[in-house]
Amino acid sequence: FQDQAEQFFRSGHTNNWAVLVCTSRFWFNYRHVANTLSVYRSVKRLGIPDSHIVLMLADDMACNPRNPKPATVFSHKNMELNVYGDDVEVDYRSYEVTVENFLRVLTGRIPPSTPRSKRLLSDDRSNILIYMTGHGGNGFLKFQDSEEITNVELADAFEQMWQKRRYNELLFIIDTCQGASMYERFYSPNIMALASSQVGEDSLSVKFLEESHPASQTNMNALFQVCPKSLCVSTPGHRTDLFQRDPQKVLITDFFGSVRKVEITTETLSLDRDVAGFESK
Amino acid sequence: AAPVQVQLVVPMAVVFCPGSVPADLPRPLPFRDVQEMEISVNLRSSVTSRYETRYRSTTGQEEAALAAATAREADAALHLLLDTTLGSLTVYVVPETSSLLPQGISVYVGRHRSALVRAGGSLAALQARLREVAQLMSFTAGSIAAVLSDRVPDGQLGPDARRNLKSSLGYEITFSLLNPDPKSHTVDWDIEGAVNRYVRPVLDKLSLVANFSVDSQILYYAVLGVTPRYDKESSSFLLSAHSLPHVINPVEARLGSSAASLYPVLNFLLYVPERSHSPLYIQDKDGAPVSTNAFHSPRWGGIMIYNVEAPASPQASLPLHVDVDMARVMEVFLAQLRLLFGLSRDEVPPEFLLEGPGNEGLADWELDHLLWAHTVENIATVSTTLTSLAQLLDKIGNIVIKDDVASEVYRAVASVQSAVSQLSLGHLHAAFQASKEAVTSSERAFFDPSLLHLLYFPDDQKFAIYIPLFLPMAVPILLSLAKIVRETRLRKKEPTKMD
Repeated sequence: FQDQAEQFFRSGHTNNWAVLVCTSRFWFNYRHVANTLSVYRSVKRLGIPDSHIVLMLADDMACNPRNPKPATVFSHKNMELNVYGDDVEVDYRSYEVTVENFLRVLTGRIPPSTPRSKRLLSDDRSNILIYMTGHGGNGFLKFQDSEEITNVELADAFEQMWQKRRYNELLFIIDTCQGASMYERFYSPNIMALASSQVGEDSLSVKFLEESHPASQTNMNALFQVCPKSLCVSTPGHRTDLFQRDPQKVLITDFFGSVRKVEITTETLSLDRDVAGFESK
Repeated sequence: AAPVQVQLVVPMAVVFCPGSVPADLPRPLPFRDVQEMEISVNLRSSVTSRYETRYRSTTGQEEAALAAATAREADAALHLLLDTTLGSLTVYVVPETSSLLPQGISVYVGRHRSALVRAGGSLAALQARLREVAQLMSFTAGSIAAVLSDRVPDGQLGPDARRNLKSSLGYEITFSLLNPDPKSHTVDWDIEGAVNRYVRPVLDKLSLVANFSVDSQILYYAVLGVTPRYDKESSSFLLSAHSLPHVINPVEARLGSSAASLYPVLNFLLYVPERSHSPLYIQDKDGAPVSTNAFHSPRWGGIMIYNVEAPASPQASLPLHVDVDMARVMEVFLAQLRLLFGLSRDEVPPEFLLEGPGNEGLADWELDHLLWAHTVENIATVSTTLTSLAQLLDKIGNIVIKDDVASEVYRAVASVQSAVSQLSLGHLHAAFQASKEAVTSSERAFFDPSLLHLLYFPDDQKFAIYIPLFLPMAVPILLSLAKIVRETRLRKKEPTKMD
């Protein structure tokens, strides 16, 4: 019975994807790029390969003439951790980070000439992590100073994904001002949303994720409590009503990492070694 | 999800050998009978199975074939006599005392589409047995419910229900050899020969189901993500079952896949452990070593660990030359391929004897099993896709449908209707082909890049943008129009006053 109960609370996913979007450009938005790259680094470290990560960045930090340490992007002012490294694979860079491309990636309505690395090839057993950061307002998120995406459009895009069963469970994290307004309009099942309205330097998730490792059993409730009022300037919010499982039972690695289900192979196929497949001796 | 109403018709023949006819047959042979059963999925979707059975006696040729010494020879001889179409079954009822079936076995399922059942007991018992055999060789309620799992109410199927590969038009198979220690081992594997000799026959048999492309690669210095534990008793290294999930990820980053194709990729990895970690064995949950030394992950592929024997003398010069026994490796990889597709022989009752599929990789009835499941899955997918496309178009009233999108939708509808009607006639092959065409067309229509709702402005956005622009401009224009109208009216009245 214990086994059955455990089975019920386990997520039924077989693969993980991550879509990480930084919607700002220019030097004064350095922290957004640093946050996105920190999440990218954590997600890679916990197991999701580049082929399953869609990274959208303006990518104008590392080689910016204003960067005192060229080819680096640091996540903290003590400059301990260079999150840019030498194996960052940016899929949509610079002016390709647009609302249209973002929605095309989510819904899959992509021109046929798009290469595999720029597509979200998820299926009904994929757990997807969507992390967005930048400048936002009440009900919208600004994309590179020229356009915006509204919470209605985002909710509709998720519904299109659900209709085509492009996800098993979705974790949506938004790290902008008034970020909680972005998840108000979601209506598709199996979505968990987390927002930090933080305007400070460090993202709430970076330190927490650095302490995780692929086999960790920390659950989502711990993530929700990472930023109490005493430490953070703003109040983070989260939304779990559309999610079927109890957040207490959801592991961080269900979304940030990629823990595969494996089965021991107990059967073999007996092959006739002498000749290529003629039957009935 | 859209409701699905499908009738699956299986043409079946039950052939009685002399001496095996039950006493209580309702009518004399030959006669026809139909058995219908509903596999209810949810309130709106249902799948009905209909076994159209023809009961008859054996012909002279069949009796000669059944006089063979073993069931296997009989099966091979019968295969030459029957003209089995995809999806059909033939069950031969042999006398209770027949020596074809070994002791304790009451059912023998061959490599093609026929089975031998031992007679005995009443008609009811025989029919129950026949039903079991028919379900094994075509589809069960469970296998159909598994492909329609997104319509099944939650809780009825566990989270592991949807782990077989999804129906797709093609699959990419990649064989990778991982050599983390090239200083100690020079590994030679004749992958091209092995693919031609062992893998090609299996893929040729599966070519009805999908297109397969095969490639291979060798990766050097690729290590497992986990450090194995040394076990003094067996003087070997052990990988426990719960550390296996973490093995795949570090390797996956290096595997790569074809940039051009969008088909799902199946990876089969052969890992030759380092000299310092040899021999390496996998332990199952109970701590016992696994005989195949391999494990697989649903919808991903499989990994096998190939241990190299320690050299006879410790002063043997490194690197050691390793010639991989490809037959042994392919026996495991092809078994894993079968499991990934869901062709498992686990849940077979003990009194059933199933003939091994041999070099073809799968029996004809297993191919049928796949085709039934994939056809139903395709039909369900198409109906969901088209319904949600229709909902999208309803929601955004002013979306423009291009001509080619429209023609794809018409083609998808026609194909899915043809698939459903072919299923109700019992033509599995035609139904499957139609369902594949339907999926291709519906996916092309749904994922057409022009259907992005961002490109079509909803009415309230139009008001929101244009009203603040035109309303202030319109105010002085309307006021001056009103003033002009008033003045012309006054001027019209004036001439009469002047008089």
